[in-house]
Amino acid sequence: MSRIEKIFETLNRPALITFITAGDPDRDQSLAVLKSLPGAGADIIELGMPFTDPAADGPAIQHASERALAAGANMAQTLEMVREFRKNNDETPLVLMGYANPLFVYGFDNFAKDAADAGVDGLIIVDLPPEEDADLRAAAQSQNIDLIRLITPTTDEARLEKLLEGASGFLYYVSITGVTGTAQADIGAIRPHIEHIKTRTPLPVAIGFGVKTPQDAKNMAKIADGVVVGSAIVQNMAKGLAQDTLVETIETQVKALSKALND
Amino acid sequence: MKNKNTLRSEPNKDGHFGPYGGRYVAETLMPLILSVEQAWKEAKADQAFWEEFESLAKDYIGRPSPLYFANATSMHLDGAKVYFKRDELNHTGAHKINHCIGQVLLARRMGKTRIIAETGAGQHGVATATVCALFDLPCTIFMGKTDIERQKPNVFRMKLLGAEVRSVESGSGTLKDAMNEAMRDWVANVHDTYYLIGTVAGPHPFPEMVRTFQSVIGTELRDQMMEKEGRLPDTLIAAIGGGSNAMGLFHPFLDDADVNLIGVEAGGHGTDTDQHAASLNGGTPGILHGMKSYFLQNEDGQIQEAHSISAGLDYPGIGPEHAWLFDQKRVEYVSVTDEEALEGFQLCTKLEGIIPALEPAHAFAHVMKIAPQLPKDHIIVMNMCGRGDKDIFTVAEKLGVDL
Repeated sequence: MSRIEKIFETLNRPALITFITAGDPDRDQSLAVLKSLPGAGADIIELGMPFTDPAADGPAIQHASERALAAGANMAQTLEMVREFRKNNDETPLVLMGYANPLFVYGFDNFAKDAADAGVDGLIIVDLPPEEDADLRAAAQSQNIDLIRLITPTTDEARLEKLLEGASGFLYYVSITGVTGTAQADIGAIRPHIEHIKTRTPLPVAIGFGVKTPQDAKNMAKIADGVVVGSAIVQNMAKGLAQDTLVETIETQVKALSKALND
Repeated sequence: MKNKNTLRSEPNKDGHFGPYGGRYVAETLMPLILSVEQAWKEAKADQAFWEEFESLAKDYIGRPSPLYFANATSMHLDGAKVYFKRDELNHTGAHKINHCIGQVLLARRMGKTRIIAETGAGQHGVATATVCALFDLPCTIFMGKTDIERQKPNVFRMKLLGAEVRSVESGSGTLKDAMNEAMRDWVANVHDTYYLIGTVAGPHPFPEMVRTFQSVIGTELRDQMMEKEGRLPDTLIAAIGGGSNAMGLFHPFLDDADVNLIGVEAGGHGTDTDQHAASLNGGTPGILHGMKSYFLQNEDGQIQEAHSISAGLDYPGIGPEHAWLFDQKRVEYVSVTDEEALEGFQLCTKLEGIIPALEPAHAFAHVMKIAPQLPKDHIIVMNMCGRGDKDIFTVAEKLGVDL
């Protein structure tokens, strides 16, 4: 059983999924935060792969990529951080999230091998719709890595069928039509859609984009199997805090989110 | 049945030109991209759509654009016979208006009520703002901060036409960043907005659609050349940023093996430096802005900034069909430096009394290189894809003239 399957099976509440960008604001601080996340209550970790042109992201995550790249981040460093993280943690699922180009240039097969070797469990590639993901999916599957599909408020029935075909791990429901971290999700509007999706697949559904506060997380948890918080956490990385203060600040934030899901 | 002996039947049904092209967009956009494709398929087969396009092309754009024998240039270079296809005489002063008219008709057909576009030099932005004024549609143009600085006349034109010009400060503040920002806007406004992409790039069906509208250039040229010379030209030359004017010129000639096709990339300070915009000669395959194509990027897949004296060529990628034609070796892709383009700009202006935009000045600079080596009966046609009024400030600065 994969780490992703295991966490959804063993948790008797929705999973807290936290996002940070690898190498933001630099490698050491990013790794310190990464290592602290499970202890603070993150059930699954999404680690962003920095990219120069994050066209699906709002300003918070755009700037995270810029900081990381300015500090010398690259794919080798991202995978090395995952390896470091795995030295002390063999349970928490880790999903890499980003854009297709850095993986394409690395070579999908080589990337899947190196990612699996480092301890990666899943991939979310925001600009790789099912029409274009066959090559990466095959490479990932051969290494037992889940290529996680995104479903959005614009997904209709025919499209849903296409997205569910070959989906694994969990489904990522993009709760707003927009880029990350910009708008508030309207739970009333998305509830019927998510309920419908759950009748069509046994896969867990996590909600992301537009979830900021513990209250948001609590609300979304009522209709989903997982809640993703990204931009709200990343914003704290932008403050130029000393490493100890930074780790403490993020821990406090993640604890509050976790508490909201446990209450 | 697919004819295997033609280069003109790409892309396939999924929008791939060989390994390039495709639809690399966020899932939120996919339903909209598919509906654009469907609407385009229907429009393409609808005679009434083309009648409206042709009527506007004739009476609003001023087509057909003349085919002009550049006698002074031919004499000066003392070699091949040089013709200009005069797309700078179009309304708004460049070829961009061709695909803007086509796409705004499609947007209206789809019931979209708001138009967005990206622009580099401002020519596509002006053309988009123009067709939006014509059809009374609200329009937002995304333009890099750096480009706003160097293309002030076009910014003012867009505003006069009623467009909102939004300054993009992320990245280097040029065309690629403007395109990212337009994508972000589109994702957030899928319900009412049409993204009027300004070149043969982006996700399918845009490369094929823009090519089809721009092919009016090459199609007219075939007839005009038969009339003037009684035969097809020997060489076609066009400047390439994203590649729309070149694709429009080349596509009707792809299967004429005797016609040499030359695309001129912006060599900036030289393709052996890191300051150029030659995606084919200095880039590698990658995925960006909805397509697989060639891009300027580092070994880690991070996109690099392009550089060109011409804001319209200052883009680190290129349309996917050019990528495919490059691999097929059907088109020869060369590059011309900033300095050579500046020389071309001045020589063309003095010889012909035509101030070229800095984009076709690149093409002219290549004509200067090859025409003298060619026999007198060799016919070159260069696409004069834009007029240079917008560039006089940039050129004055480079020549050390204070305006």
